[in-house]
Amino acid sequence: MARMATTRRVVISTAAAWLFGFLIFFPILWMVLASFKTELEAFAIPPSFLFFHWTTENYATVQERSDYFHHAMNSIIIAGGSTLIALLIAIPAAWSMAFSPTRRTKDILLWMLSTKMMPPVGVLVPIYLIYKSFGLLDSRIGLVFILCLGNLPIVIWMLFTYFKEIPRDILEAARMDGATVGRELVYVLTPMAIPGLASTLLLNLILAWNEAFWTLNLSTSNAAPLTTFIASYSSPEGLFWAKLSAASTLAIAPILVLGWFSQKQLVRGLTFGAVK
Amino acid sequence: MKHVLGAVCGASVLLAVPAMAETILTIATVNNGDMIRMQGLTGEFTKKNPDITVKWVTLEENVLRQRVTTDIATKGGQFDVLTIGTYEVPIWAKKGWLVPLANLGADYDVADLLPKIKDAVSADGKLYAAPFYGESSMVMYRTDLFEKAGLKMPEKPTWDFVVDAARKLTDKSAGTYGICLRGKAGWGENMAFLSAMANSFGARWFDEKWEPQFNTPEWKATLTTYVNLMKEAGPPGASSNGFNENLALFNAGKCAMWIDATVAASFVTNPKDSKVADKVGFALAPNTGLGKNANWLWAWNLAIPAGSKKTEAAEKFIAWATSKDYIKLVAAKEGWANVPPGTRTSLYQNDEYLKVAPFAKLTLASIDAADPNKPTVKPVPYVGVQYAAIPEFQGIGTQVGQQFSAALAGSMTVDAALTAAQSATEREMKRAGYIK
Repeated sequence: MARMATTRRVVISTAAAWLFGFLIFFPILWMVLASFKTELEAFAIPPSFLFFHWTTENYATVQERSDYFHHAMNSIIIAGGSTLIALLIAIPAAWSMAFSPTRRTKDILLWMLSTKMMPPVGVLVPIYLIYKSFGLLDSRIGLVFILCLGNLPIVIWMLFTYFKEIPRDILEAARMDGATVGRELVYVLTPMAIPGLASTLLLNLILAWNEAFWTLNLSTSNAAPLTTFIASYSSPEGLFWAKLSAASTLAIAPILVLGWFSQKQLVRGLTFGAVK
Repeated sequence: MKHVLGAVCGASVLLAVPAMAETILTIATVNNGDMIRMQGLTGEFTKKNPDITVKWVTLEENVLRQRVTTDIATKGGQFDVLTIGTYEVPIWAKKGWLVPLANLGADYDVADLLPKIKDAVSADGKLYAAPFYGESSMVMYRTDLFEKAGLKMPEKPTWDFVVDAARKLTDKSAGTYGICLRGKAGWGENMAFLSAMANSFGARWFDEKWEPQFNTPEWKATLTTYVNLMKEAGPPGASSNGFNENLALFNAGKCAMWIDATVAASFVTNPKDSKVADKVGFALAPNTGLGKNANWLWAWNLAIPAGSKKTEAAEKFIAWATSKDYIKLVAAKEGWANVPPGTRTSLYQNDEYLKVAPFAKLTLASIDAADPNKPTVKPVPYVGVQYAAIPEFQGIGTQVGQQFSAALAGSMTVDAALTAAQSATEREMKRAGYIK
């Protein structure tokens, strides 16, 4: 009887999880489906779900009109560069705040978070003027810099929380076993911090990949990433949903594939070691 | 750690340095069919001008507006040619943000530009932008449904006729609606249509002393007619419909009438995109007998920002893209039906164009019927038919548009929407110093 109740609960919770997952995934699925429709079908009311005239015409048009690889390469450099630099700055910062906190640590953390509370458009003109003066407009380094700065508070906060959860007792145990500071860092702390580092890296990469405000406003053509590639397919006069969907599918494909492949490692990392 | 940091920074700098070249023109534009065609034909321009390379930046209309405004206001110099609307041209020209186009070449034939369009892109007698394509608005209607209902569309319909016909042609059970009109909030969306409609009802945005006029009976008549008409004969969810949504509805055969941009005529008569391509008729935008039709005037234009350092090459490009030869080039490559309309008189005298564009005469008549300098029945202090060419209009227009969209959605009464529009406009105009 108890087993039946448990089985029923498992079935219900599994079904609920699948339903919830499907709801979350539905907009992406709809976008992918729309990318294979004609413009008229993409706009049709009532919409057709699977039974429509499938076409790859939109992908051909997007490929013909835009240099996808140029934009994708810019996205990889900008998202990758800003993530790596943010991590390099954030790791020592979070480490010191987690393991050697001072009276001001909490204030510093809050101050850093407060920079995320202002809407970016509020500083658009000053940043634009600074970038103009330094010749950073439409440059990848300029975008790497601004995205790195924008995401730094989140990265530091995430890493701080992960590091904070590492029990000091483990470090002390390692020291009692005669581990030097170097060995303690490499063999004890790093394995325990890897899950946190990996998820922070992936989240930051996704945030930087999808960032649209600064990338649209500070780039024109040379440094334009995939966000500008998507924006170029919206039209005030003319049907564009199918082509826009094709462009969006192409734009999210790399990050989706990356997420898919790193999923196993991430989950494994998150449940690995002494900290859960 | 030091090495890693150095390597990462070094790699970023190396990868981030943009390539340099001789004369690279960066052109900002919107994703409209005619602009995409122009991008496709850029090779023809660079063939004639091998020292010039063209780079396109295509953006969504509102993003483009924000992007180029930031760049031009800060003299960022990121763009050499801008695609801007007739709303921006007089405002930006006045601020000294645009370079006057004085060297378009001897064979450019400025006199051939349609006078109303030329006026809209000129300030103090100087041309500050060259029109790439122009449009007005008109009625597009289903000839088969009109015939079936025993109705005949006059060439110059009145609002009474349109309202009556829309009611008769509505068959909600069959999914056919008498009329499709813009409802989505925005100064360039529902307010473009409603401002033009208000002009035909004798209303105006401001009186001669810049006092907002939403408390007048003319505006009440406009909004009441619009809301009642859409409730009785409009499609469901009309308050979120803009140009594209209505285009999709009309092309799918759901609308008996649609009043919108003349440029839509080529979309609704294209059998590839439209189910009703061979059943569409055209008429002038409706009136109430006061001497003004409910049609607007708009053009997408090419202009040079004051921050550009390549004005000579930029002007060469503009002269090429807005010339009579460019129209011939498009006709030769893509057919006469695809040439950019609404800018040159000679196009409307071309038999080959008139043969493939059944909407050409109506487009020209609609453009001629709109006068940005005298847009309303009563006098106004502003220029612009469906907008007032002042910098504050974008914000005010969108705020008012939201109230009117709410009235259409039924979440607000017509009176409440007009009162809210009046007080919002008064507040903004006081803040901007137009009124005390």
